[in-house]
Amino acid sequence: MRVLVIAWKELRQLRRDRLTVGMMVMLPLMQLLLFGYAINTDVRHIPTVVYDQDQSAASRDLARGLEVTTFYDLVGQVESYDEIERALRSGKAKVALVVPRRYGAELAAGRRAQVQLVVDGSDPQTVGSAINTAAALAAARTSELLVTRGPTVATGPRIEVEPATWYNPELRTAVFIVPGLIGVILTMTMVMLTAMAIVRERERGTLEQLVVSPVKNLELMVGKIAPYVLIGYVQISLILVAGRVVFEVPFVGSPGLLYALSFLFIAANLALGLFFSTIAKTQQQAMQMSFFFLLPNMLLSGFMFPIEAMPEPAQWLSNGLPLTHFLRVVRGITLKGADFSDLVPELYWLVGLLGVLVLAASLRFRKKVA
Amino acid sequence: MTTPIIQTEHLSRRFGSLVAVRDISLSVDKGEVFGVLGPNGAGKSTTIRMLCGILDPSGGRGTVVGYDLATEAERIKERIGYMTQRFSLYEDLTVRENLWFYAGIYGVPWRQRKARVEEVLTRTGLQDRRDQLAGTLSGGWKQRVALASATIHEPPLLFLDEPTAGVDPVSRRDFWEEIHRIAASGTTVLLTTHYMDEAERCHRLAFIFKGELLDTGTPAQIVERRGLRVAELTVDDAEAAARSLGGHPEIDEISHYGHVLRLTTRGGADPAELATTLLGPRAIQTCHEARATVEDAFVSMARRS
Repeated sequence: MRVLVIAWKELRQLRRDRLTVGMMVMLPLMQLLLFGYAINTDVRHIPTVVYDQDQSAASRDLARGLEVTTFYDLVGQVESYDEIERALRSGKAKVALVVPRRYGAELAAGRRAQVQLVVDGSDPQTVGSAINTAAALAAARTSELLVTRGPTVATGPRIEVEPATWYNPELRTAVFIVPGLIGVILTMTMVMLTAMAIVRERERGTLEQLVVSPVKNLELMVGKIAPYVLIGYVQISLILVAGRVVFEVPFVGSPGLLYALSFLFIAANLALGLFFSTIAKTQQQAMQMSFFFLLPNMLLSGFMFPIEAMPEPAQWLSNGLPLTHFLRVVRGITLKGADFSDLVPELYWLVGLLGVLVLAASLRFRKKVA
Repeated sequence: MTTPIIQTEHLSRRFGSLVAVRDISLSVDKGEVFGVLGPNGAGKSTTIRMLCGILDPSGGRGTVVGYDLATEAERIKERIGYMTQRFSLYEDLTVRENLWFYAGIYGVPWRQRKARVEEVLTRTGLQDRRDQLAGTLSGGWKQRVALASATIHEPPLLFLDEPTAGVDPVSRRDFWEEIHRIAASGTTVLLTTHYMDEAERCHRLAFIFKGELLDTGTPAQIVERRGLRVAELTVDDAEAAARSLGGHPEIDEISHYGHVLRLTTRGGADPAELATTLLGPRAIQTCHEARATVEDAFVSMARRS
């Protein structure tokens, strides 16, 4: 019963705290728009110069072919390798296409022709896209692509790959980012809100008043964090709906399963917030701690960068973050229609992490209050 | 004679190597207004916290409202009211919501809660401000709400930790009337303070200094036991007079009150006579004996311990 009284009080206070409530709603929406629109790892419109030594109809066709892919923007013609170097160094272009003399003639004779793509290796992501697109284009014209990266010249092995992309066929970043955003937002707000809610009571002296009352620690903890679970669910729904409306992010799997498993993740973050609240002395410290916690989450959880590409110690760390596992859950369910049995390993992880966090938080909480 | 509502024997509390409270034995009777006096850091709050059952004693034992401090702390919490040093209201809740919350926390049954809150609002004159946010109340009103919150479950024992710190004199007087009203209705009140005029309003007092209990009794008993005599003098040059009086073995304390010099002696010496001898009759304009107060006794004890 006391749990309900505490939760009621918390909701009342929250209702009067317009700023916080506004933030809880606006934060997910702002982040959604920001990440959905601004962060785009699909590389398009790479500035490109052409060094056409052949000046044939075929060479002009190739250059035009590059441009219509929309991956390349032809920004100019150059007349020498020196000019290419200047263009790359100044950033005017990131890619240069070199069409050798006799390209048109070789093709016309039915022989394999070679063209060269000089790319700016200092931006690996651009380079990756550039080479892939060009290779595909070259293959279509049965010409051979010679990629030059820096000083080394290598003729790529001619392997034919037929890629098949499932689940996000157009490879849109938003589809990948938006479900992940649910996890990031929850990590940020859940940890911060609980930590601050409890530190606030300590700052204002009301916690002491509660400690001398017959309220049990468990009642106090549950009563205080229960309303935030509700907020967490509101945020999830908000992102899902807005993601669908604005970015057409699909939802293939079972919403019920997602909401059920989200509880573990929300609870883990609340427990962490509780733990932080036993360390922080002021609300400001509580807020800072939450932000410091957010950064490794953004970097290591697989939200933006693939875990597979990380060195092994970073991968271990990544496994220790609830967000890592929740991201697999939320992406699995929304994008791939994963069912319960697919997610069992992540479930184990989440339960395990939740257990550790609850234990740590309640041990510290008891010690601190007494 | 009924059994005391608070009884402790050799209650002690250490924090690491620091002994915050040492060997405190006291007993408080039902219906008393009992004051715990002592300078800051003397161990008043530590004592209260032990009596409330939120801090385990590291030595000694005691019972509060009939329950053992060491083993039945949770039972004690249900039967006491406690108001912390800063009146800890939720400033973003209204007066009524605060009362409602504490009624729920202290387990006032749901069906009685509404009636109880209404009754308290009316009794304490808070009806007009029932929907005002607690944070917008003035100090005196805040304190009234805090007191109402701490007694919403009608506890037999109420603890007040420096309840009047930072409250204006008029509100303080109202507050004390309320405390005596509560005591008259049968609730025992134990409070800490370092306002000496408040000490005189208590039925009985305990002096705590450096973690130890120096004396306990009614204000009159405490003053009498100290054996102080006081004279108030007006002199031409108060500074010079204070200097020439200082250091005399029979003089306990000299203090300035505006133009008046207050001279306290111990061990029965007549302060007026002593002043005349030491300063010469011509230096003194007026001189009359005054009543020794709790403050005199307290300062004397604190200085000589």
